[in-house]
Amino acid sequence: MHSILKITKLQKKFLLHNQNGAVLDVLRGISLEVGEREIVALCGPSGIGKSSLLKALYGTYRVNGGTIEYWLDDQWLDLTRATAREILNLRKMMIGYVSQFLRVIPRVPTLDIVAEPAIELGESEEAARQRAADLLDKLRIPEELFSLSPLTFSGGEQQRVNIARALSAPRKLTLFDEPTASLDPVNRRTVLEMIAHLRESGNAIVGIFHDARDREILGAREIDLSIQDELSHA
Amino acid sequence: MTAPLLSVGNLTKRFGATTACSGISFDLWPGEVLGIVGESGSGKTTLLQCVAGLQSADEGSVAYHLDDGHRIELSTLSEPALRRMQRTEWAFIHQHPHLGLRMNVSAGANIGERLMANQWQHYGNIRSEAEKWLQAVEIDSSRIDDLPSTYSGGMQQRLQIARNLVSKPKLVFMDEPTGGLDVSVQARLLDLIRNLVRKFGLSVVIVTHDLAVARLLSSRLIVMRNGEIIEEGLTDQVLEDPQSAYSQLLVSSILQV
Repeated sequence: MHSILKITKLQKKFLLHNQNGAVLDVLRGISLEVGEREIVALCGPSGIGKSSLLKALYGTYRVNGGTIEYWLDDQWLDLTRATAREILNLRKMMIGYVSQFLRVIPRVPTLDIVAEPAIELGESEEAARQRAADLLDKLRIPEELFSLSPLTFSGGEQQRVNIARALSAPRKLTLFDEPTASLDPVNRRTVLEMIAHLRESGNAIVGIFHDARDREILGAREIDLSIQDELSHA
Repeated sequence: MTAPLLSVGNLTKRFGATTACSGISFDLWPGEVLGIVGESGSGKTTLLQCVAGLQSADEGSVAYHLDDGHRIELSTLSEPALRRMQRTEWAFIHQHPHLGLRMNVSAGANIGERLMANQWQHYGNIRSEAEKWLQAVEIDSSRIDDLPSTYSGGMQQRLQIARNLVSKPKLVFMDEPTGGLDVSVQARLLDLIRNLVRKFGLSVVIVTHDLAVARLLSSRLIVMRNGEIIEEGLTDQVLEDPQSAYSQLLVSSILQV
């Protein structure tokens, strides 16, 4: 199995200037490799740095040490040293990210929001919208809602729109931040099936799944961040 | 995508003893939307006007790359050549529509003016192109003969956008384009701007004090304070992981609804 992501001795501190210069030492030299079609679950109690690691992998958080290397176009690209344009290209070509929050322009229809990543990758508007509709349908978003802005939807519906958007364009790695957190059992099952399917179609996944049963269903490799000091010395 | 569309190097602008912009450098790449944020008096509007050639900088360079590979240094252009570029390759959207529109001629004439500057001559073609653009910015084309002064603030702003984009510019400068509008009107305008940017592959430099607007429109951000760049990075980097004390203060001061 070829690795597509190689994290080496990653460090992330937060220096809070306006809170008496407090320092939060969140990631302390963690190393991890992720292979093609692998599902990795980040575990550990709240505040241990799971979301921070995801955001570092997406390039949203700038790190203080270590490297995050992606296998792109037959070579390793170190995200921590990449330019803004290289990061944007890396995201476009390779990384999907399902955050816990939906951030969209008010009044834009749900279908357009879901279809957008595929259109940006150069797919025809018609094909992208068709797939967007299929994804929303699979996630049980009623068709009457497709033309409305998701900002008025319930938390669970917004989360599913977020998931549909991330799945609308093909990637090599998808990052999930608690994708099943506010879902009912039926939709939870569906989302887990879609994630499993994503893996079968060639995606690797790094995610935060609170429920141990979810991790088991997905056959995820668990990385416990509460022992990251031991992991970093391994 | 081998060269930046616009390169600003060490740009400095003084007003008497005050330095409005001090040693500002940045590149803008084709198809990119760059946000410049900061509070009033940070120098962001002065910077935009210097880069767009509406004011002259005291020091530094602004280089623009043409399609044919030629690099134009703004300060070496003659006045007419600069004005030609501002009406063809470039566009400037002012915060106040009355600065960017001619209020005493009809909406259609406002749009047609730039077409005539771009050698359009046939009246019927100009009028039908103006109608098309009114529709593109969601203004009923029956309003084509009305004066902009009879339009609402949101419509005036959309008309200003139509007037500017009709000549298919490559680079658009925007100064607080949604400032002073009601929030519902603002949301509609944001959606419109984003769609136009994507449809025409525009490169944009947008100045705003509203971090939410910057978040939704731009892929990269520059934070300014006292005429200097305090911080820059991808929009999500600057807003979710601000490094400097000032950026942290700005981001933590955003009101939550």
